[in-house]
Amino acid sequence: MKYITEFRRSELAQGLISHIRHSSKTPARFMEFCGGHTVTIFRYGIRQVLPRNIEMVSGPGCPICVTANADLDKAIALAQIPGVIIATFGDMLKVPGSRSSLQKIKADGAEVMTVYSTMDALKIAADNPDKPVVFLGIGFETTAPTVAASILQAEERGIKNYYVLSLHKLCPPVIRTLLDAGEVELQGLVCPGHVSTIIGSHPWEFIANEYGIPCVISGFEPLDVLQCVDMLVGQVEKGESKVEIAYRRGVRPEGNRQALKLMEQVFEPCPANWRGIGEVAGSGLKLREKYRRFDAEANFAIKPGPVVEPAGCICGDILRGVKTPADCPLFGRVCLPESPVGPCMVSSEGSCSAYYLYGEGRGG
Amino acid sequence: MEDKILLAHGSGGRLAHDLVAKSFVKTLANPLLDKLDDSAVFEVSGRLAFTTDSYVVSPIFFPGGDIGKLAVCGTVNDLAMSGAKPLYLSLAFIIEEGFLLSELEKIVNSVQKAADEAGVEIVTGDTKVVPRGSADKLFINTAGVGVIPDGVDIGGDKAQVGDKVILNGAIGDHGIAVMSQREGLSFATTLKSDCAPLGGLVAEMLDASQNINCLRDPTRGGLATTLNELASQSKVSIRIEEKDIPVREAVLGACEMLGFDPLYVANEGKLVAIVPPGDADKVLKAMKNNKYGKDAVIIGEVAAKPAGRVVMKTVLGAHRIVDMLVGDLLPRIC
Repeated sequence: MKYITEFRRSELAQGLISHIRHSSKTPARFMEFCGGHTVTIFRYGIRQVLPRNIEMVSGPGCPICVTANADLDKAIALAQIPGVIIATFGDMLKVPGSRSSLQKIKADGAEVMTVYSTMDALKIAADNPDKPVVFLGIGFETTAPTVAASILQAEERGIKNYYVLSLHKLCPPVIRTLLDAGEVELQGLVCPGHVSTIIGSHPWEFIANEYGIPCVISGFEPLDVLQCVDMLVGQVEKGESKVEIAYRRGVRPEGNRQALKLMEQVFEPCPANWRGIGEVAGSGLKLREKYRRFDAEANFAIKPGPVVEPAGCICGDILRGVKTPADCPLFGRVCLPESPVGPCMVSSEGSCSAYYLYGEGRGG
Repeated sequence: MEDKILLAHGSGGRLAHDLVAKSFVKTLANPLLDKLDDSAVFEVSGRLAFTTDSYVVSPIFFPGGDIGKLAVCGTVNDLAMSGAKPLYLSLAFIIEEGFLLSELEKIVNSVQKAADEAGVEIVTGDTKVVPRGSADKLFINTAGVGVIPDGVDIGGDKAQVGDKVILNGAIGDHGIAVMSQREGLSFATTLKSDCAPLGGLVAEMLDASQNINCLRDPTRGGLATTLNELASQSKVSIRIEEKDIPVREAVLGACEMLGFDPLYVANEGKLVAIVPPGDADKVLKAMKNNKYGKDAVIIGEVAAKPAGRVVMKTVLGAHRIVDMLVGDLLPRIC
């Protein structure tokens, strides 16, 4: 089986589209939580092929986008400590904090290195034993286990100059917060595929059971998303609410036990600050006391200065699904991919970036 | 110990002369170069095309080629894209002190091999050596001249509404092949760079029809950026069909892993031709008879509006804008 082209086949897509069109009777608003899904939806034009009574709204599932300015400022302040090497995933470089970005301070001489995995960051630490190396731990449940693994490996190998700034975030608690706020009424949730690869389907059950909202875990190819929408429509039309897995090739109900164990061993839940949403209890991960010596926040005096939010930017509202990028006066005028004002335009999985790149709200 | 390039190799003195004589002139020999005068002197008649490019690829050896082959093909292709028959190239090296002589010779050999295939001669050159750390291993600059046949009039601003858009094969091979070798990113792939000189292919296309309006090679920035440049220069819209754009499964897979879109991944042996509809079949047939065009395919056509934009019909039948590449390609994080 081919795992990409098979899931982009036009004739199969047409079958799903016509099935959705026939079965969907009730107006419904579905949120795709994950930025990866937002990209698929725009890249393939899925909104255009769905019937009018189905509305898709984008959620806060972009780890870069939801990182609060206060946390970005911490990362930038760390990078400005002489001798410190910052290792980070590339998307972080361009995100503007209150006063600067990693990209800008890198040009001024800060040592900021792009890595493709946490193990690369660990290698940088091993290769530079006289310099502290701080990995910026940004990401959801998908990324956290690999960071946990890097910390355990650092311990095992006696690497003493490796640190993590843990800004990890957990998805289910923030969805509860969004639903409790009641700003957006949803009839279905497209649950994140790769987060669910780690945590499984059970952590989403409260959404179906307590809030009565159908949930379907989706993969990231166009056929995956169409199948997911079809299954959501099925639940809506039958008046059901349950958690289903459309992404069976990637997700098991119990998740990935080994990854969960790693995460549990190294991290414990803590409150986390989400851009546009605020502090959400139990939605962050901090290093357990036992691993304190790898915790960048505990080992460096970071003084980032007062937080300044970008004037006029509505990324926060967009992340809550209350507004769309087209509602933003800066979008496409002042805020552009080459000169982003807010993080949703920077990250490849941000809503503004997807809207802009694929032409939604720009004519064409 | 293996022979290495020393600062003295770039000094203009005895070592420099030896290097030029043994490592360059012997391999690249031709009557114009062999004179070793300050300039190569030759006669040409007709309209000249003149171009230059610098090559800094890392790593310098990659599956399907190396920086030497690339330095010839890239400049030959830039000449060919203006419809010119490429004739002569210059070749200038900036070498980091300590570079292995054996690797330099390997690169010069592939320069010669590529020049042979492209039918061009290296007629002048230069070598500079910089202290260790001042350059990353080796950089090359080549410049080239070619002659444009009478009757050929190619330019990025000449696409006309109704023209067909032809692509000579699968996209993304070069970018992914090079990235697969990058430190910190190495992954196993059987992909090879598509790096190739396209002068011969272009000559055969022009034999089939002199009415070709635009030719461009989608290198850095990929197919998407090239189509945007053409749409913008010609003030037209280019409409393409996603299902018609050839991409190898291996490129698709690597792109998924890295968070890239193949439309933005670099090529070094691809070209886009924009051709009047009446000539498209002839040109396509000629391309299919050349080894660098055997997978040629029509991927779309030129429309009036929205001017300056590239619009793609997706595999689902929806339409979306294909924008230029912004910044560098970055990996996804979740």
